[in-house]
Amino acid sequence: MLRMVSATSVSRVTERGRCSYAPAYWFGLKVMLIINKLQKTYRTGDKALKAISLNVPNGQVMALIGPSGAGKSTMIRCINRLVEPTGGQVKLDDVEITKLSASSLRLARRRMGMIFQEYALVERLTVMENVLSGRLGYVGFWRSFLRRYPQSDVDEAYRLLDRVGLIDMADKRADELSGGQRQRVGICRALIQNPKLLLVDEPTASLDPKTSRQIMRLICELCEERNLSAIINIHDVALAQMFVQRVVGLRAGTIEFDGQPSELTADVLTTIYGEEDWEATIRQIDDECIVEK
Amino acid sequence: MSDAALKHVLGQPWRKPKFVKSDWLRRFIYVGAITYFIAALTTIEVDWVRVYEGLDRGKQFVLAFTNPDFGSRASDIWDGLVESIVMTVSASVVGVIISIPIGLGAARNIAPLPVYLVCRAIVAISRALQEIIVAILLVAIFGFGPLAGFLTLSFATIGFLSKLLAEDIEAMDKTQAEAIKASGARWIQWINYGVQPQVMPRLIGLSIYRVDINFRESAILGLVGAGGIGATLNTAFDRYEYDTAAAILLLIILIVMSLEYISGLVRSRVQ
Repeated sequence: MLRMVSATSVSRVTERGRCSYAPAYWFGLKVMLIINKLQKTYRTGDKALKAISLNVPNGQVMALIGPSGAGKSTMIRCINRLVEPTGGQVKLDDVEITKLSASSLRLARRRMGMIFQEYALVERLTVMENVLSGRLGYVGFWRSFLRRYPQSDVDEAYRLLDRVGLIDMADKRADELSGGQRQRVGICRALIQNPKLLLVDEPTASLDPKTSRQIMRLICELCEERNLSAIINIHDVALAQMFVQRVVGLRAGTIEFDGQPSELTADVLTTIYGEEDWEATIRQIDDECIVEK
Repeated sequence: MSDAALKHVLGQPWRKPKFVKSDWLRRFIYVGAITYFIAALTTIEVDWVRVYEGLDRGKQFVLAFTNPDFGSRASDIWDGLVESIVMTVSASVVGVIISIPIGLGAARNIAPLPVYLVCRAIVAISRALQEIIVAILLVAIFGFGPLAGFLTLSFATIGFLSKLLAEDIEAMDKTQAEAIKASGARWIQWINYGVQPQVMPRLIGLSIYRVDINFRESAILGLVGAGGIGATLNTAFDRYEYDTAAAILLLIILIVMSLEYISGLVRSRVQ
C-alpha cells in the first residue's frame, strides 16, 4: 500500500521536474561507471568501504543514502581518488581510474565533475573565477594564472551562469552569495568541466527545504539535458525519492539496498538506518507533493 | 539517566570539573609555582645606591627628548635613515620572495614529507639564530656597512614569514582546495586557485608587519656595525649627544607609527 503511494508520487514529481523515469530503467543501458570490489580502510583501521560493487549506466541519476559514517563520502571520493582506495577497481568509460599515474589521473578527473556539501567555493575569488576554475584541467598554468581563459570557456561560463539564473552575479565575490546561489555556482563549476559523471556530495545539506528541492531539480534537469550520470549522496530520503531514478543504500561500508525509489519501504529504511518509525517519512513525501500541486 | 541516578544529583551544586583532578597535586602545583616566583624575585639583586646615582643620568636622557637636536648632525641622521630604509625595503622584498616557496614547503598538508623536513629545518635555523648574532657573523665576513644588515634582515624574514605562512596554510579550509583538485588542476594551479586566495590577506598583513620589524631591527643592527640609522644612533651615544640621540629615536618612533598606520589601511582593504 505504502509502496504504491510512494511510486505514484515519484512519477508525479518526475513529470514536472522533467527527470526521466523509464520503468525498466537501468538494465540494458550502456554501463559507464564500473565499481568492482572497492575497498577503503583508513589508517586508523576504520573499514569505510567493504568490497563495494556497483555499475552506473549512461545518463542515470543515482542517490546514495545511508546513515552518517556509512561510507558515502568515502565512496564518492574514491571514484575520483581524492581519497585513495585500498583495494578494488573503478572504471570510467573503460579507463581504469584506480591504476592511473598522477598525471593521467588529472586528465581523468576532468571527466568527473564534483559538487560539494557547503559548496566549497573559493570564497575570496569571484563567481566567474570559481566557475572558470572548472576549466583548470584544460588550460595551461599561465592562462589560468593571468585569468586569460579561451573565449569559448568564458562564453560557456556565461551560458551556464545564465542557465542557473546567476548571470548578474558573475563579478561578485563568492562569499557575497546566499547558500542556494553558491550551490548553483558549484554546479556551474562542475558542469564547465564537460564531465561524463557528476559526483555530488550532500548538495542540500545546508539549504532550506525549498532551495533544496530547487537545487535537486536543477541537478536532475541538467543531467537530463546533457545526458550525464550522477551519484548523489543525500541524507534526505524523501527528497531523493522525488528526483532520482535509482537508490542505493549503504550501511557500514556495504550495500544494503539497490533499487527503484518506489521500492524504498519502511522495512528497507530500517535495514539501512536502523529501527525507527519510517512510515511518517514516506507519508511526508506524499503530503508534500499534494501541497505543491 | 535512571531515576535513582537523577535523584542522586538533584539538589547538588554543580562545579566545572577541575583540569588537574587530584586535589593534592593541584595544591602542590599552586604552592610550588608561587614559592618559585618569590624565590626567583629575591635572587635579583638591586643596588639602591647605584639606582639613586643613575636617576640623574636617566633624567638627562629623558630631558633631552624635550629638546631634540635635529640640526647639528642632520646630514648624518639623513644618511642613516636612508640607509635603514633601503636596507628594510630590499631585505623585506627579498625575504618575502624567498619565504613563499619555503612556506609552501613547510606546510604539512600540501608538501611531501622530505620537502617538509628540509623547509622546516631552514625555518628552525633562521629562527634559532638571533639577528644580532647573524649580523656579527656577517659583519665579520662582509665588513661594516649596510650589506651585512641587508643580508641579516633577509635571513631573519625567511624564518619569520615562512613559519607563519606555513601555519596559515595548514589551517586553511580543506574543502575549497579539494574542490579545485577535483577539477583536474595541476599542482601549481591548485596552489594558485585553491590555496593562495585563502592565505593572501594574511600573507600581505604579515609582510607589512615584517617591514615594520625590519625597520626597528635595522636601528639595532647598527650597534654591531651593520649600517643604517643604528650606526648613527650608536655614534650619538658614544659622543654623549643625547639630544641628537633623542632626535633619532623620535624619528624612528614616527616612522614605525606611520608604518603601523599604513599596515592598518592595507589590511582593511585586502580582507
